[in-house]
Amino acid sequence: MSSVSQPSTPVWKRISQSRAIWPILALVVILIVDGFISPNFYNIRIVEGRLFGNLIDIVYRAVPTALVALGMAIVIGTKGIDLSVGSIIAISGAIIAWRIQAGDNHVVILAYAVIAGGLCGVWNGTLVAFLGIQPIIATLILMVSGRGVGMLINLIYGGTDPSFESAFLQGLSTGSIGYIPTRILLFIAIFIALWLVVRKTALGLFVESVGGNAAASNLAGINARRIIFVSYVICGVMAGWAGMIMTADTHTSDPVSVALYIELDAILAVVIGGGSLMGGRIYLGMTVIGALVIQALTTSILISGLPPEYNLIIKALVVLFVLLLQSDNARKQIVALFRGKHNE
Amino acid sequence: MSKKYLPLAATIAVFLAIFLIGGANYNNFLTTRVLGNILADNSFIIIAAIGATFVILSGGIDLSIGSMIGFVGVCMAVLDSMGWNPVATALVMLVFGILFGALQGYIIDFCNIQPFIVTLAGLFLLRGMCFMVTLDSVPIRHDWVADYASWKIGLPGKGVLRSSAIVMLVSLVVAIYIAHFTRFGSAVYAIGGDRESARLMGVNVRRTTVKIYALGGFYSALAGVVYALYTSSGYPLAGSTLELSAIAAVVLGGTLLTGGVGMVAGTLFGGMILGLISTLIIFNGSLNSAWILISSGVLLFAFIVMHRFLVSSFDLKGAK
Repeated sequence: MSSVSQPSTPVWKRISQSRAIWPILALVVILIVDGFISPNFYNIRIVEGRLFGNLIDIVYRAVPTALVALGMAIVIGTKGIDLSVGSIIAISGAIIAWRIQAGDNHVVILAYAVIAGGLCGVWNGTLVAFLGIQPIIATLILMVSGRGVGMLINLIYGGTDPSFESAFLQGLSTGSIGYIPTRILLFIAIFIALWLVVRKTALGLFVESVGGNAAASNLAGINARRIIFVSYVICGVMAGWAGMIMTADTHTSDPVSVALYIELDAILAVVIGGGSLMGGRIYLGMTVIGALVIQALTTSILISGLPPEYNLIIKALVVLFVLLLQSDNARKQIVALFRGKHNE
Repeated sequence: MSKKYLPLAATIAVFLAIFLIGGANYNNFLTTRVLGNILADNSFIIIAAIGATFVILSGGIDLSIGSMIGFVGVCMAVLDSMGWNPVATALVMLVFGILFGALQGYIIDFCNIQPFIVTLAGLFLLRGMCFMVTLDSVPIRHDWVADYASWKIGLPGKGVLRSSAIVMLVSLVVAIYIAHFTRFGSAVYAIGGDRESARLMGVNVRRTTVKIYALGGFYSALAGVVYALYTSSGYPLAGSTLELSAIAAVVLGGTLLTGGVGMVAGTLFGGMILGLISTLIIFNGSLNSAWILISSGVLLFAFIVMHRFLVSSFDLKGAK
């Protein structure tokens, strides 16, 4: 038995014990399978001065979910959760359509969208941090009513035609700089900024300590309430930006059905990336990998010719599989099963 | 009056207040006919919310409710077009609901994963299965469905209690019995109050968790059956986001999402408050449906803040 499981090298051992290996492995496996399904999968060509190809497409489409998931990762780090991100996207989209119809400067409108997201975050943060309401319930309020708020904003200008044209916003969403889509470039910039804030200031450490044990952090001199509040504001701002991308992409504000279930995808991305809903950990990079895994799965189902309806089922099975891998109890059972066979 | 009835009393008071406000503003609002319609139109939400009450009382959550309603609906419709008897299909679907819920409960306890994530996977799985069964809206044509729809009990005044409302009230009575008069019911409250203490006191946490989610699955499936018979059709997108309405009904009904505190009877009034709001907005006629969403959110907010106040000032969780 002992001779069977000798570790080969320390490096291999370190890699295999790292939590990061599983999501990356999942992404690699999905991409390799895609290569078998469609021989041209890895081709990247230049069309109309922009890179095109399945790999680019996966990143391109994953951007809104990844943005929301990054904010969610910080909220989950404080042992919280934000169910209202889909509603925030609906509100920010409705504000964009409304102010464009009103004839505002489009750069100012971008600021409105992001500020609206931030204000939604202030609302959630106040409920959770200052009124002490459980995060899942506190954000349920905005989740239930937020899409209604979006519909009301659309009503302000008649509500019959929420579609719009905006060269500036569409440039940010679907345009490209050089060969690379703008939204990917902006995402990288946002990611680096967020990473610097979380990892190069004390914020990340504070968030993780509050998520680990809020009472102990308070005794250690950290203002736990303020940290929790800030995390919801960051999440709201990220959702506001994602709302701008999604609204400019479709050229219309559709509060009823825009970004339906995005909160679930974002939470899923955080969990696939190794984050625990019990809080205390933030993995920004792995969260982005998690969002890419989700989008890669969706894309593979599309190119494989399977009906898109299978998407949800496969997603569910992947979630269960990842959860079982992360669960100590299930791992022990599986190991015991194999050990039993070796002993006999 | 025992303090544990305070949230329930508040819920009933709000229900009566909204009903009276409606009566003061519109003719024919304060009638048993409106009441009967609200009961029938919201019966499936309330049935699903009754199951969710047990899950929430135990400190968990079930997000798979809406998808279960959709899945049961399409199965009823497709099996009907294959010549099955609706009663037989309904029984099969109820058993499926119990088994699916039990599986969710087992995974939650065995893998020690948050119920949120496990039932989220359940939501995806069931909704995906809906689309695999059919992509179209399928009618249910069996004669028995028309018979079922014609059952009614007259109420004083011109109102009637329709079959869906009768099923709902019967399942409510059963749920109240389970929650307050069985050993299992006490175990649910014990786990919701403090899981570790419950275990130390000899509650079999795993078996109880499996039973709780099985019960939740049963009530979701029953809600799906009632919904399918009420609309006499199955549609793969039916019941989307209905889990939110069910959770909202539970919260409005005075059950704390932290678990351990609440009453099944409150859920009836929580669901009826939601129904009253949409009825009022329909009576008004000039208001947009966006107001239904917003006023539900505002009420939810008011109740959650009120619960916090009640918990901290009346020590509902018995912490001191």
